[in-house]
Amino acid sequence: MSSHGMGVAVARKEDRRFLTGKGRYTDDIVLPGQTYAVFVRSPYAHARLRAIDTTAAAASPGVLAVLTGKDVADDGLGGIPTGWQIHNKDGSPMAEPPHPALAQGKVRHVGDPVVMVVADSKVHAREAAALVEIDYEPLPAVAHLPVAAAPGAPQVWDEAPGNVCFDWHVGDKAATDAAFAQAARVVSIDLANNRIAPNAIEPRAANGHFDATGDQFTLYTTSQNPHLTRLLLGAFSLKVPEHRLRVVAPDVGGGFGSKIFHYAEELLVLWASRRVGHPVKWTSDRSEAFLSDAHGRDHVSHAELALDAEDKFLALRVNTLANLGAYLSTFAPAVPTYLHAILLSGPYVIPAIYVEVKGMFTHTVAVDAVRGAGRPEATYLLERLVDKAAREGGTDPIGIRRKNFIQPHQFPYQTPVALCYDTGDYEPTLDMALAAIDYPNLAARKAEAKSRGKLRGFGISTYIEACGIAPSAVVGSLGARAGLYEAATVRVHPTGSVTVFTGTHSHGQGHETTFAQLINDRLGVAIDNVDIVHGDTDRIPFGMGTYGSRSAAVGGSAIVKALDKIIDKGKKIAAHLLEADVSDIEFSDGKFRVVGTDREKGFGDIAFAAYVPHNYPIETVEPGLEEGAFYDPKNFTFPAGTHCVEVEIDPETGVVQVVDVAIADDVGVIINPMIVDGQAHGGLAQGIGQALLEECLYDENGQLLAGNYMNYCMPRAEDFPRFKVGNHVTACTHNPLGIKGVGEVGAIGVPPAVINAVLDALAPLGVTHIDMPATPEKVWRAIQAAQGGAA
Amino acid sequence: MNPFTFHRPTTLADAINQMKGGNGEVKLLGGGQSLLPVMKLDLAMPSALISLSGIPGLDEIRAEGGRVTIGGCATHAAVAASSAVRGAIPALAQLAGAIGDTQVRNRGTIGGSLAHADPSADYPAAALALGATIVTDRRRIAIDDYFTGLFSTALEADEILTAVEFPIPDRAGYAKFAHRASKYAVVGVFVAKSAGGVRVAVTGAGPVVFRATAIEEALAANFSADAVPAGTVASDDLQSDTEASAEYRAHLVTVMARRAVQAAT
Repeated sequence: MSSHGMGVAVARKEDRRFLTGKGRYTDDIVLPGQTYAVFVRSPYAHARLRAIDTTAAAASPGVLAVLTGKDVADDGLGGIPTGWQIHNKDGSPMAEPPHPALAQGKVRHVGDPVVMVVADSKVHAREAAALVEIDYEPLPAVAHLPVAAAPGAPQVWDEAPGNVCFDWHVGDKAATDAAFAQAARVVSIDLANNRIAPNAIEPRAANGHFDATGDQFTLYTTSQNPHLTRLLLGAFSLKVPEHRLRVVAPDVGGGFGSKIFHYAEELLVLWASRRVGHPVKWTSDRSEAFLSDAHGRDHVSHAELALDAEDKFLALRVNTLANLGAYLSTFAPAVPTYLHAILLSGPYVIPAIYVEVKGMFTHTVAVDAVRGAGRPEATYLLERLVDKAAREGGTDPIGIRRKNFIQPHQFPYQTPVALCYDTGDYEPTLDMALAAIDYPNLAARKAEAKSRGKLRGFGISTYIEACGIAPSAVVGSLGARAGLYEAATVRVHPTGSVTVFTGTHSHGQGHETTFAQLINDRLGVAIDNVDIVHGDTDRIPFGMGTYGSRSAAVGGSAIVKALDKIIDKGKKIAAHLLEADVSDIEFSDGKFRVVGTDREKGFGDIAFAAYVPHNYPIETVEPGLEEGAFYDPKNFTFPAGTHCVEVEIDPETGVVQVVDVAIADDVGVIINPMIVDGQAHGGLAQGIGQALLEECLYDENGQLLAGNYMNYCMPRAEDFPRFKVGNHVTACTHNPLGIKGVGEVGAIGVPPAVINAVLDALAPLGVTHIDMPATPEKVWRAIQAAQGGAA
Repeated sequence: MNPFTFHRPTTLADAINQMKGGNGEVKLLGGGQSLLPVMKLDLAMPSALISLSGIPGLDEIRAEGGRVTIGGCATHAAVAASSAVRGAIPALAQLAGAIGDTQVRNRGTIGGSLAHADPSADYPAAALALGATIVTDRRRIAIDDYFTGLFSTALEADEILTAVEFPIPDRAGYAKFAHRASKYAVVGVFVAKSAGGVRVAVTGAGPVVFRATAIEEALAANFSADAVPAGTVASDDLQSDTEASAEYRAHLVTVMARRAVQAAT
């Protein structure tokens, strides 16, 4: 085993660049003749645009253009599309209202862009933006669920009566109802999944350049998937064929989903560049990010679980309202449906499941995928419900989970809600996590905490998720407007060094290291002689980018397919050089060898021969050593595991402190354990943040109350104990690496464990329910209410 | 942010002259931890800033004659680390060490904080409870006459806060319930016991720092956490926001007062 191959905790190659400030981000790019855009955004959640006066702004120093929705319409720009079409219960398509890049007629959320100002400097653009006069006629607005679904609620779109975008369902209603009729007991729960902001450390930015001489558009943008952005720009919004469009996503400082989507600003900077004849750059500031980056979560659900007399699950019934915001973002319709509802079997045998989901429009920023995307909502709902079933039944929350786990011999396991889990083994991760948190001595820790005036609680979550997105035919049948395969090209240079062109995109994941380890493992080439290229549609053949924990499982598999072709070709060249039959050539440890002999050629020798083909099988083998591959996964992958949390609560103030976290995940085969642990840590930080700290809070009029870091509480190091992270590997059965994916497991698994721990701590006081985030006042009020106090 | 002129005088006299000579709104700049954020949001648009950071001696800290004197330009980090403060009024050093975060403490100044009079700032509680005296370029102001309302003080528009004098108490303690995001005080209670009696000041809870007289009376009779009576501060006059309702703040006043007494040294 090489010291830099699979399974080795190699230090990240890219970190020297990042840690020394040498990263090159979109905002770092200044093109000749650079100009700057600033957007005037709506201060109202809902208003009619009576008049826009740009006269003073246009006359302001340095201004090149002041553009409105009318200009967008006059120039025939397309709207911002959504990438997924959901069908209603009756088979009709979802409501799909228009999404003009600049507001036309009405604004529909605080932050909706109304006017674009382009000037020779950012200061001039800002000064001019302040001179734009907009006459708004404020209209009633609705921001919250379930209010948006109530009769008489303000309407976001005429095209969507009752604010319903879609009314969708999955599962067998009749079978579920029948199972409920046989139940020994039924447990029900009503809960909300709080809206969160993505908060990538690098705000979004876009720099658009139209080169009139070549009729070429180039967009530098903070994207997780430049090819997808090019696809949507080309086909829908800018309406320019792909060969005239280049999209570059250079170093990107985090995404968490929010940089998957095609945003209006990307279209507008390209369009404005064509109009003003200069490159046009826009860079969001943090306050603007809260008003324009897609948010995540925001569900309200009612769920019921039917159990038999032995506490075996019989059936699950779920009704979810999902807030989609005012406009449909790229993946928005898929998140509460195909990434939420079909995960609701969890790791359990539940013979009958029926889920109804209504996607609702509100006067808020679009809601789309944020780390986990639908799966945290499903896991939170199910794991709260299972814990409640244990508590109401007076049984052990661990025993009830064990009893209902899908057993190893049952794989592949077809759930009643579409997914077929290929493999898994749930009890080992449960046992590992319980051992790591020293579960047997919980009572002693509770007693010790009590002696200090603290309430200690234990919470658990046994989750499953679906990632490695995704089999194209499956998602196509479910309404996706794109395939979700991945592409790679492996270019072996004459001296044996390697450049890999991957369609995935690294914005924190460490691909420059892990993919180099993969090359090292397969070809024996040192990782310093491997370069990973991503993020440029002119350099990469194609790709669908990075989200849904897909890069290693899908992108890595595409690289492996290309490597297999390289090795096959290398064997032919080696057979010629070694004067042997190709069937007698084996490749291992970077050497092509005649089986059973010591006759061999190094990988570098073969690469050199391929490019200097003096002695070469030129009749049957082309010179050069470069291969491409596309890989379309056969199924989703299904990481699973157990997350355990202990909290201590100060009953006088309601403050919850997380004091211990022990998790054990099965993320499949691991390339770099350090990076896998890092992904788990980051996911846990965001998951605990959602459970205790974070909430993108709107008031009833649609004003964002938590729109900056003075009010939106980001987790800090002091909020966490040292995480105990363990892994138990079962290999994915359907991709060549056995990888499942790790990017989202922390954010998916841990929130219900935190809240279950809070409820365990508060159980002696009679508290039975609390919603996320469990803020001090919310906890204090729950205690007061349970104790019969005034609160 | 609007354009402005920036002055960095090296004497107090120059600073005073520049204040008087300025056109439009002239603002004094301490560490900029409150002023710069509101300027970035265009909520303040001064025509000129006069930084006090170049004037020698304005950051001096000393303990003598039964009091601690802290120059207006002393940073929170300097106060927290000062052996003079830590020896004489440990609660004040502890308070300074828990303001905001490291960056804020390295830039923010005691004079800036007290002149700004943010209702959620920490220093006003210490100043009011300890019976401090505000020293300016032209006079001395008793702390009981200093805070006049939300973000307002007895300072004249062109008056420069140069130092704060804190009488050294027998015992003092501070307990803060910090806003989870901003780390400002949702409720902060400073308790000070000295020969003159017990003073209890509450910051964060109301529109301006105030004294909790019922708690003072109880503690004067029995300086112990158990003696702090519950429910003596009515929620009617308290702040309510997304972090904490007035009712919750009222409850926290009692809890923080008890913890301040427990912490008092």
